[in-house]
Amino acid sequence: MLRFAARRTILLAATLALASVLVFALTDLLPGDVGRIILGPFAPQDAVDRLNHELGADRPAARRYVDWMAGVLRGDWGRSHAFDTPVLPLVAGRLGRSLVLAGAALVILVPLSVAAGVAAARREGGPLDRALTVAGLAVGALPEFVTGVFLILIFGLWLELLPIQALAPDGAGALQRAAHLVMPVACLSLLLFAYLFRMTRASVIEALASDYTRTAVLKGLPERVVIRRHVLRNALPPTLAVAGAQLGWLVGGLVVVETLFKYPGIGSLLHFAATNKDLPLLVGCVIAVTGVFALGNLAADLLHAVLDPRLRHADAA
Amino acid sequence: MPTPRDLARRNGTLVAGLVLVGLWIATALAAPWIAPHPPDRIDLLAVLQPPSAGHWFGTDQLGRDVLSRVLHGGATVLAIAPAATLLGLALGTAVGLAAACAGRRADEAVMRVLDAVMAFPVVVLAMLVLAFLGAGTGNVILIVALVFAPLVARTVRAAALAEVRKEYVQAARLRGEGIFYVMTMEILPNVRGPLAVEGTVRLGYAVFTSATLGFLGLGVQPPSPDWGLMVSENQGLLTTAPWTILFPALAIALVVAGLGLAADGIKEILDP
Repeated sequence: MLRFAARRTILLAATLALASVLVFALTDLLPGDVGRIILGPFAPQDAVDRLNHELGADRPAARRYVDWMAGVLRGDWGRSHAFDTPVLPLVAGRLGRSLVLAGAALVILVPLSVAAGVAAARREGGPLDRALTVAGLAVGALPEFVTGVFLILIFGLWLELLPIQALAPDGAGALQRAAHLVMPVACLSLLLFAYLFRMTRASVIEALASDYTRTAVLKGLPERVVIRRHVLRNALPPTLAVAGAQLGWLVGGLVVVETLFKYPGIGSLLHFAATNKDLPLLVGCVIAVTGVFALGNLAADLLHAVLDPRLRHADAA
Repeated sequence: MPTPRDLARRNGTLVAGLVLVGLWIATALAAPWIAPHPPDRIDLLAVLQPPSAGHWFGTDQLGRDVLSRVLHGGATVLAIAPAATLLGLALGTAVGLAAACAGRRADEAVMRVLDAVMAFPVVVLAMLVLAFLGAGTGNVILIVALVFAPLVARTVRAAALAEVRKEYVQAARLRGEGIFYVMTMEILPNVRGPLAVEGTVRLGYAVFTSATLGFLGLGVQPPSPDWGLMVSENQGLLTTAPWTILFPALAIALVVAGLGLAADGIKEILDP
């Protein structure tokens, strides 16, 4: 298990290192000669060189990368041009809001899609299975902004059941705030629901057809026990691993859903920074999103290994 | 060889999907002739008209005919998605084949790099491209292709690894064929099946992704008609003039549904 965890952590570090090099290359190397950009095309070369030296831009790229990383780790994330505030507190606040949204989506989504998958698989081909499969195909193929628009039109405007903006007005009670989050969370979850449902259903059907399940049934175990101890024990870990691998979709969903429902989270901030070319803010958002996302992946991998002994032993061999 | 009629009887999903997608492609191609109005003609005397006999899908904030814009707006997604899919398939196939033929060490290294690349959220890449390279259809194609390539590479590598050990490959090597010839002429034709399935599935995601990127402002720029862009442009009108958003959203939904049906049908034929 330790070895497995170590390997996964190394992979995580490699991903983050790759991402940081990419971000550094984009923000530092791509724009070109900093001194020349500041002083303009007609400034004499020795003035440009002097400014580059003062700014530290004439040091080797590797050195600048290390200094930049050290700053990031110390919490020196620069100032946002557009908001004229330090980047780190801004990003941290927005990230917190987004984690509420994503967390709510995951907490509701995972048990629900697993339950639906098991229910559908137990009566394969039955009416419930068919209805869920068709519904899953329908919502699973639609981009979030399209499902979001349909949700708003149906539940917000036509039935007038739910508020169409994600953020409740100041001073709203907990219940009212939750009501504002229902549609964004639903919009964020529907796509992954379809995916997780399909995965659970397929692996439960496979496990139900296996010899060990038949043995368990034939030796007289009640169906509940067979499902919980034999079928789910085998079918669930791969599904959870898939859920972890889909966190990237969730991040993408956040950008779209927060933009559509006007929710001030990290996704809409990232989009704002990119459209307004606010580089320090963009870099801050990218670091935060990539970091959280990589940690989520690691957590899913470790959970998978805890649930499935075969995985950690295969890896150690 | 089954006739088209057999195919239609056996594989209704494929036919339904192809008809749906074909209709939209035909619409996008014929848009200049069948659209009732020019897509960017501004008519300030008829802004935000609800659907009527004159404007079936209503008009937007500038009095532009929504139906005409929906008919024209499919062209971008329908052109970007196949282009991006093909580029992604080409890149992924090259990497996957090379990894499978290059021996264990190199293979392992390539796959680890791909793992790291795949672990990078798509939207972060998209936002970086938007900020540094700007918006444009070329950039959308690039993003989608870059995202697809590792996935395709994995599929192709898995299929090619199974082929590399077979006798016909050994025979080709022994008679002195170069590695490039073996890859393209011997192995590639034998991984066509998985490649085709991958391609159809990817095409659906390409529409999905490029529509979303259009919504986020990465694709064609206003005043060009584009479904994703129309939804984001008219977002503020959702409560007052929902028809400006409903129809482009419906159009995306129908294309995606058609592609999904077609992909399911093709999968049924290729690996029943």
